[in-house]
Amino acid sequence: MSPESATAVEKNLQMRLWRGDAEGGEFTEYNIPAQEGEVVLDVVHRIQAEEAPDLAVRWNCKAGKCGSCSAEINGRPALMCMTRMSTLNIEEPITVSPMRGFPIIRDLVTDVSFNYAVARRVPAFQPPKLAEGEVFRMQQVDVDRSQEFRKCIECFLCQNVCHVIRDHEDNKESFAGPRFFARLAELEMHPLDTLDRRRLTSEQFGLGLCNITKCCTEVCPEGIHITDNAIIPLKERVVDARYDPVAWLGRKITGKPDPTPAAVAARFAPETLAQQQEARSAGRIGTHPETSGAGTSR
Amino acid sequence: MTIVDPAKSNMSVTAVQIGKQRGGPPLTQVLRKDRWWLQPALIVFGLSLFGIYATWAAFRNGHYYAGPGLAGGGRDYLSPFYSPCLADVCNSQGQYTGWGPIFGTWWAISPALLILIFPLGFRMTCYYYRKSYYRSFWLSPPACAVPDAGSATPNGKRKRYTGETRFPLLIQNIHRYFWYAAVAFAGILTWDAYASFRFVGGYGMGLGSLIFVVNAALIWSYTLGCHSCRHLCGGGINKLSAHASRLWLWKNIASKLNARHQLFAWLSLIWIAFADFYVYLVSSGMIHDPRFF
Amino acid sequence: MAEYETHIVDVLIIGAGGAGLRAAAEASAMGASTAVVCKSLLGKAHTVMAEGGVAAALGNVWPEDNWKVHFRDTMRGGKMLNNWRMAQLHAQESPDRVLELEQWGALFDRTPDGRILQRDFGGHRYARLAHVGDRTGLELLRTVQHRAVDVGIEVFMECKIVRLLRDSEGHVNGAVGIWRETGKFIVFGAKSVVLATGGVGKMYKFTSNSWEGTGDGHALALWAGADLIDMECIQFHPTGMIWPPSARGLLVTEGVRGDGGILKNRDNERFMFNYISDYFKAETSDTIEEADQWYENKRDFRRPPELLPRDEVARAINSEVKAGRGSPHGGVFLDIASRRTAEDIKRRLPSMYHQFKELADVDITKDAMEIGPTCHYIMGGVRVDADTAAATVPGLFAAGEVAGGMHGANRLGGNSLSDLLVFGRRAGIGAAEHALSKEGTVTIDQEQVESIAKHALSFFDNEGKENAYAAHQALQNTMQELVGIIRTESELVRARGELHDLNERAKVVSVEGHRQFNPGWHLALDLEAMMAISQCTTLGALERQESRGGHTREDFPTPNNEVFGKVNMVTSMQGSEVQIRREPLPVMPPELQELFEEAH
Repeated sequence: MSPESATAVEKNLQMRLWRGDAEGGEFTEYNIPAQEGEVVLDVVHRIQAEEAPDLAVRWNCKAGKCGSCSAEINGRPALMCMTRMSTLNIEEPITVSPMRGFPIIRDLVTDVSFNYAVARRVPAFQPPKLAEGEVFRMQQVDVDRSQEFRKCIECFLCQNVCHVIRDHEDNKESFAGPRFFARLAELEMHPLDTLDRRRLTSEQFGLGLCNITKCCTEVCPEGIHITDNAIIPLKERVVDARYDPVAWLGRKITGKPDPTPAAVAARFAPETLAQQQEARSAGRIGTHPETSGAGTSR
Repeated sequence: MTIVDPAKSNMSVTAVQIGKQRGGPPLTQVLRKDRWWLQPALIVFGLSLFGIYATWAAFRNGHYYAGPGLAGGGRDYLSPFYSPCLADVCNSQGQYTGWGPIFGTWWAISPALLILIFPLGFRMTCYYYRKSYYRSFWLSPPACAVPDAGSATPNGKRKRYTGETRFPLLIQNIHRYFWYAAVAFAGILTWDAYASFRFVGGYGMGLGSLIFVVNAALIWSYTLGCHSCRHLCGGGINKLSAHASRLWLWKNIASKLNARHQLFAWLSLIWIAFADFYVYLVSSGMIHDPRFF
Repeated sequence: MAEYETHIVDVLIIGAGGAGLRAAAEASAMGASTAVVCKSLLGKAHTVMAEGGVAAALGNVWPEDNWKVHFRDTMRGGKMLNNWRMAQLHAQESPDRVLELEQWGALFDRTPDGRILQRDFGGHRYARLAHVGDRTGLELLRTVQHRAVDVGIEVFMECKIVRLLRDSEGHVNGAVGIWRETGKFIVFGAKSVVLATGGVGKMYKFTSNSWEGTGDGHALALWAGADLIDMECIQFHPTGMIWPPSARGLLVTEGVRGDGGILKNRDNERFMFNYISDYFKAETSDTIEEADQWYENKRDFRRPPELLPRDEVARAINSEVKAGRGSPHGGVFLDIASRRTAEDIKRRLPSMYHQFKELADVDITKDAMEIGPTCHYIMGGVRVDADTAAATVPGLFAAGEVAGGMHGANRLGGNSLSDLLVFGRRAGIGAAEHALSKEGTVTIDQEQVESIAKHALSFFDNEGKENAYAAHQALQNTMQELVGIIRTESELVRARGELHDLNERAKVVSVEGHRQFNPGWHLALDLEAMMAISQCTTLGALERQESRGGHTREDFPTPNNEVFGKVNMVTSMQGSEVQIRREPLPVMPPELQELFEEAH
């Protein structure tokens, strides 16, 4: 063991972890000796194994690749598995709270279903028709931009930190959040996608609510430039399609069609999608709520 | 037979459920331990300082041109706050543009008040400045994971947040038109930099010339790194590989400068005020502009 | 009495990794009502950890490449223990599966003429891996995830399946699970059930697998009466992180070596040249000079020994460390810093750069990485029919890592992602056809449900006897030390005994707290599966008295082609005991056998 590690071992960590559920909760302090080279998730796991076996924490890969262990460490949204203890001041208590932008399930685990609900509304890639035996040809420079957004690990830290929905719950109905602007930008900039998504982005995903304060970019563990490379370019494209007065006048004079007619947007309206889904499920998946069964609830 | 309860199968297309209990302490409680307030404070300080200076400079309506009649040697320095020259003070000898004063003598109010509409409009609608004033003046939000002003109203009722979807903030969408104007202004300031090498009796170079060259360079760096510029260069095209020259502009000029947009926004702001102040000092005779050759 | 919810579908897919979602997309397209159930959130599956690429003989970089070459590489890499039919289907179909991903929005790195770029990997004769930097698994998973969402498949997230249900004839017809969030039971009735649960890595201490890799699918199949094969064949990836301790086991992609990285011991010696087995002698460089020229000119030079199949490299590293030539923390050095420019490294291996910087504070553009073998993949698994992915119990299907046979005794890098796609699709078809051809409705046996639920809740009643975390650690220590990368009879016999005791401990694990999102309880349930699977692995390892691929016996250091090269080790439940038997490998038809004769 290296000499500096010997001193680190003697330190005691004061970890203040949020314990609680929808009924309420509080920070509970755990004192646990520091170990060398640990990340916050390691410490949380040791607390779980030694002191609090029922401490709820969501995690998977512990390598910053799956985006499961999102939390707020000393108030900063971050992945627990990628936050080294050595980057924190361990002289003071370290707080770990769940993502405060989402409903609580238990302890450090939140209900992120909002994101999955939005994901269902994003129209998928619409490929062009290929002739028999033909394959896609795309230049690297043309896929570079979309590839950046496809690095997204869906940790939802950007969704958590975005004040548009974090501080204004009601906007969750009309605002998709940074993760989905990155997704929309990825599709919009795809060199072969055939659907114009500009009106959708503005009208149904609430791009205009974003005031580009860049917290999404600041917390992104993958270093994706969400604001500069996704949101702002989308805003500019929306200007082309909707707000640019000269372009609008030009279309009126030359009789060119609206690049994103309302009809396209209507196809992907939440109500339309919900109806489709309902029709699909009704025909296929059934449930028997009357069936009762095992287990005493605890 | 009924449909799967959507709340249980987390994946269905359902209206988003809102209003459920969040985890952790209340959002109004700031858990951050770093000096998150420092950056917005610095921005308030910096922008306010510039605002005060710009107001003074705009209403000064004098000592903005160090011309041929300057005591101790003719110069051709025009303050960027007053460029292009609308009044006749800088055109008394028809030297500046060659076609005489644009407005002539009847204009009595400070020409800077007209001119500044354009650069200020450009900067007010600039994506970087929007970020900084929304954060530091609007507190919307002041820093990441710190509650925004709208969520902290004392009666517990939250203000409806509409972002940039309504008038007047909807106007932010015409940023590109200010950019067009900004390109014209960058051209004018480049001309001014050229003019700063003209001395009575031929070409030369003073400290002021250097200041004007740097000024023009910073203005171009800021203007060409603009997000709208990046979009117009090629950001709006999906198959950039099919447009070689626009790809080059987008990749090597706009995107590279855009990555340093914040830096150039501040440098060009500080420098333009400095250039104005330098002209004021020289024009009013408070300092002597050293001439290198 | 608490209620539990019941869902009736045609096809139930357990696992939402690449194989599960690919199967779901296919089953749904065939008109079967399809539900996916997964232990984590959608999109978090272990597939995201795959880095290097997806192997497919597209021939974009090397026009000489075709399915036959890929097939041959796969069989040779698997030390001929593969199910030949699976390897054939895999090699033939993977190009179409990769191209199909592009139709669904995947964005692979491109060649200069705009096609999919392919990279070199160990054991593949030609550059064959379609990739996206070093995050190909993420790309693949997102693509099939978006596809599944697009076609409207129901996904039951954060739901652990405890047991499968069977009808009176013994056919699988559903499953009982637990919502992790609420701890309530959920029952599925399904005409077909597809297992796509991935691997078993969590029974080892040092593993690249995520918490989900607890062998759930293997165990579910075993408990439902299905056969598992070759469970002793476990791949230890040669390059896992070893420092700091908390990062130990994390994968370092083979792409590092494919892109020029070399292995060195503490004496700065490029030791892999000392470990070229006769089997690969003909195609491997034996001098540094030749090896270094291969990166630029693959036509005239043979590949460097760093790119031998994973089992060979892992054993070599193990030997170096045992001989006292290891790095300070008990591994060896993987050096790319001295071989490529910093920009090159950051462009081609961005997540590796990130991973070492963030977790180990090592800049891989400046310093060598310390690496060592880590448990990565299980080649063995549920015994399936190659064409339909059907297990040996009717109604049950398996695809991906949980299925056995495809990779033989050792898997080549890049073949797992293509495996997911090829057999995910085939399992989807197989399951949908089975379900759609089956008359009548599914009836759920309430008694089975009751007894499963009762069993799952019993952990709350075992008061104060055993801690799940401690029992899990004990299991990991046993497996790591006694059934690890190098095995020997005496240790395996000891392991068998220890596992027996541990199994008793696992049964009396007690759980604190309540049912809502209780990780202790979830671990107790996972532990059951890991206990069953570790027994299968240990039995297989004892029985296979030879060294082959991912199974290395110190007491039988060479392959025994006459006896063990011709059999699968089949484990199954007989009563409450795991039993093992040998069964002959399927025999390859002569036209395919010729491929191997030509080469030698």
